[in-house]
Formats: sequence, C-alpha cells, structure tokens
Amino acid sequence: MSESTLHILNRGPNQPELLQHLLDALSEGDEIILIEDGIYWASEHFAGRFQLAQPLILGADAQARGLTNLCGETVDDAGFVDLCVKHRRSVSWC
Amino acid sequence: MNSFLIISRCAPYGSAAAREALELALACALFDREVAILLLDDAVYQLLPDHNPSAIGQKNLAAMQQSLPLYDVDKIFICQSSLETRGLVTEALALPVTPVDSQGLKALMRGYEAVINV
Repeated sequence: MSESTLHILNRGPNQPELLQHLLDALSEGDEIILIEDGIYWASEHFAGRFQLAQPLILGADAQARGLTNLCGETVDDAGFVDLCVKHRRSVSWC
Repeated sequence: MNSFLIISRCAPYGSAAAREALELALACALFDREVAILLLDDAVYQLLPDHNPSAIGQKNLAAMQQSLPLYDVDKIFICQSSLETRGLVTEALALPVTPVDSQGLKALMRGYEAVINV
C-alpha cells in the first residue's frame, strides 16, 4: 500500500472553496475522483483547475446528469472500489 | 397569497432539492396560483438535456420538467451569471428559459407575493 490519498469530491460549483481545499491538500501520487454533483467539475469549462492531477469520473453519476465532453477518465463502481483499495487513505470532501 | 417565485439553487440528483422545487411549482399551479421558477447557481444544471439516472436508481426529472408548460408554469427564469460561471448557454438547455441579470433579479423579487428558496 502506497502512502498516497484518494480525494473524493461530491459537491459542484456551488461550493468552489471545497475544490480549492482539495487542490491545496493534494500531494504527488494522489488521485481525485469526482462523484455525485462533483462531476460537474469535469466539464470542459473547468479543465484548467486540475493541473496537478486529472480527475477520474464516476460514470453512472455523469450519465445521470447528462454531462458530455468530460475531461478525465471514467470509472465504474468496481473501479471506484479499486481506487479506494489502491490508496493508503481516502478523504471525502463533502 | 396568489403569486409565488420558487428559487431553486441545487443540481439535480445529488439531493432531493431539485425535485422538491419542481413539486412545489406544480402544487402551486394545481391550486391556480401564479408561479415562476428561478434557477440559480448549480440549479442551472437541472436543464441539461439527456439525463439518464437509472444507473443511480433515481427517477428522471426531465418528465416533470416537460410537464411544467401543461400546468401553465411557463415562466422559467435563469441567472445569467450562474450560466456564464459554468460555461453554459441557454440554447443548450432542455426548456425555453428567460435569462436574468442582477437588475432582473431585483425586479423578480418584487414581482411576487411569496419568494421561496428551495
């Protein structure tokens, strides 16, 4: 198990400070997954925010919300579980 | 009270708030009250087309949205700056909407007897 962290964000642009805190807390080797309303941050308009790490996107949540042109790789529920196991800890920003 | 402005501020599906705002609008219309909806902040995402929430076990909000005109709820206002902040344009949305700027917001508030934030 590595020393890295999985950052999970489930809030959208209504709470811009939350994304900023996440980005401030990000270390090398960490990954970000956007779930629920967090997936709106994966729209092209916000692509410039993620310079340190490209976010991963929970596919079902993106599909539910009709969001297209996503910036970032999509994962399914099993992939989400793999990510949680892969990292030493997970942090929910909610 | 005879006229209601319902302000919706939340994205769909992440919470029940978007659905509750729609239900409230339809309930007002059923009682023959004048009603308008104002979409602010992340609520602008409610009108993205092609929702498909079956994979997360939720009902599609689109059917309810499309029923609004049938109940004479045809005043749907949308905050221009909320759209711009999110890189969206009204042409990309699933229902006809009227964009409002900050002056328009002030006028809207004064135009209704009750203003409800959901």
